[in-house]
Amino acid sequence: MAAADTTTPTTGLPMPRIRPARILLWTVLFIGGMLMITPILFMFSTSLKTAGQIYDLRLIPAEPTFANYIKVLSEGEFFRWFLNSSLVAICVTLSNCFFDSLVGYTLAKFRFRGRQFVFIAILSTLMIPTEMLVIPWYLMAADFGWLDTYWGIMFPGMMTAFGTFLMKQFFETVPDDFIEAARIDGLNEFTIWWRIAMPLVTPALSALAIFTFLGNWTAFFWPLISITSSELYTLPVGLTSFAVEQSIQWEMIMTGAALATIPTLIVFLLLQRYIVRGVMLAGLKG
Amino acid sequence: MATIQLNKLTKAYGKAEVIHGIDLDIPDGEFVVFVGPSGCGKSTTLRMIAGLEEVSGGDITIGGRRVNEVDPKQRDIAMVFQNYAIYPHMSVRQNIAFGLYTSKLPKEEKASRVEAAAETLGLTALLERRPSALSGGQRQRVAIGRAMVRNPAAFLFDEPLSNLDAQLRAQMRIEIKALHQRLGTTIAYVTHDQVEAMTMADRIVVMRDGHILQAAPPMEIYDNPVDIFTARFIGTPSMNVFPAQQSGGVVTLAEAAPTVMAGVRPQDLKVAEPGIAPAVALEGLVTVTEPLGHETLVHFTAQGHDFIATAPGHFGALPGQTVRAEAAAGTVHLFDPKTEKAVGRA
Repeated sequence: MAAADTTTPTTGLPMPRIRPARILLWTVLFIGGMLMITPILFMFSTSLKTAGQIYDLRLIPAEPTFANYIKVLSEGEFFRWFLNSSLVAICVTLSNCFFDSLVGYTLAKFRFRGRQFVFIAILSTLMIPTEMLVIPWYLMAADFGWLDTYWGIMFPGMMTAFGTFLMKQFFETVPDDFIEAARIDGLNEFTIWWRIAMPLVTPALSALAIFTFLGNWTAFFWPLISITSSELYTLPVGLTSFAVEQSIQWEMIMTGAALATIPTLIVFLLLQRYIVRGVMLAGLKG
Repeated sequence: MATIQLNKLTKAYGKAEVIHGIDLDIPDGEFVVFVGPSGCGKSTTLRMIAGLEEVSGGDITIGGRRVNEVDPKQRDIAMVFQNYAIYPHMSVRQNIAFGLYTSKLPKEEKASRVEAAAETLGLTALLERRPSALSGGQRQRVAIGRAMVRNPAAFLFDEPLSNLDAQLRAQMRIEIKALHQRLGTTIAYVTHDQVEAMTMADRIVVMRDGHILQAAPPMEIYDNPVDIFTARFIGTPSMNVFPAQQSGGVVTLAEAAPTVMAGVRPQDLKVAEPGIAPAVALEGLVTVTEPLGHETLVHFTAQGHDFIATAPGHFGALPGQTVRAEAAAGTVHLFDPKTEKAVGRA
């Protein structure tokens, strides 16, 4: 009995072995994470400070206040800009999901003369930087009378080469049998695309929707150029109006930015799974 | 119900012709199986009948109507694909009902047809399930159900069982054959599996390199193959074919100066049963034996040629031993060595 009492247990959970490579990986990821999250934390922190405290670099304000939020939401046109941004981002996202998929499907599933040429022509537009396109866009918008309109903000992004490419790649993975079976069942080509092919590429479609929405929500350069009336400003453009020539109201800019981040955070939290998958699918950097 | 006729049907991709003017009449209600090795053109032929491939030359008529330029949906046919092609985002019920998507039938009629098809195929309990929750055999049944509800003039099956395991395949073979007996609809069925062809077909169409070699009932093809390819393709194990000399009713293996190619089915080449005046007698060394229970397949080599013969179930010969195998008169097929066409029997 005594011997049994003193026996030390030999079966227990073994300590997980931690490899040096893993420690290094965690360290790199931690540093990377901190570098990315610090500006966001400072944004929130600054939004809770008064104008006099903004150069106090403490992360947690000495006397946090929501006064900036009340001011941003009650004064000025913040809500209007928020709605403008929502309208632009939603319209452009829906348009991309529709047209990019339609073109991607056509390029993936139909054989026609010049198909490869069209595809390469679309892809080649990816190599032209936005800055170079802005002047032709502007001239075009001016000619058609689209400057300072919602349509003027939206039209360059209604269809994208990237989205078309992404959707084409995905439609190629849809087995032809599905499409041929539907053809024999009597569906027309549009219904086949809508009822059969689209539900089969939902992951790619979600990824496209997320990237397009976020890209348009944060778009600054083109809306800044194409819009002059403050009631048509999108949020990123509107926020710059807090920086007047004599003084920059950092606390107001940060408050506006913090509020503008909320929809993107919601989108991210709700669709995190799709975003991660979408990044993997599209081979993008985040 | 419909007859299907292929008249001088050709298919070319650019300059490469893959179907070379084939002729075939499929009478109303017949179960025709197209069989042949990969690339022989059997699936292309079926897809042309379905309207999924353009016809390069010749005519296809379904129910007396020329359909070369008619859309698939207007041909009144239904097709079952190798990969089932049942839509993963729809339930079994929706999938089956999808066959009636464009039909102008009243809602109740559509619903009752779906129920009836599900009942026939034993899918009633699975109607609300998604395809991902079904086994391979059940998925294939759903695909057949989708074809059935349309009540088409003809069914086209494109290798529908090749993704199933052997046991399920055997079961589905019986189910499809029973379905044909019950519905009596014309069926054109493509497979590369000659067992499927033999067991299911009213008539087998053997294809090779875009030509029809023989179109006849299964036993007719088994008993009287028109050439060496067909002879070896139909029947398991494959027919033993070897160069030979024929003199009178006796055929002897002859590597040098053969006058004929001789073919003997393993079932006709018996080991250790000395017959009376056999047409062929071969002696060789056993390489492998495959006991199947009721009989044993004996693989042996004679004069550098491999042969398969049959022996009784409890056959004790070991690899390396000498065996003698004989085929009775009338069981040896003779083929022309140059054209490989059948020329008679010995």
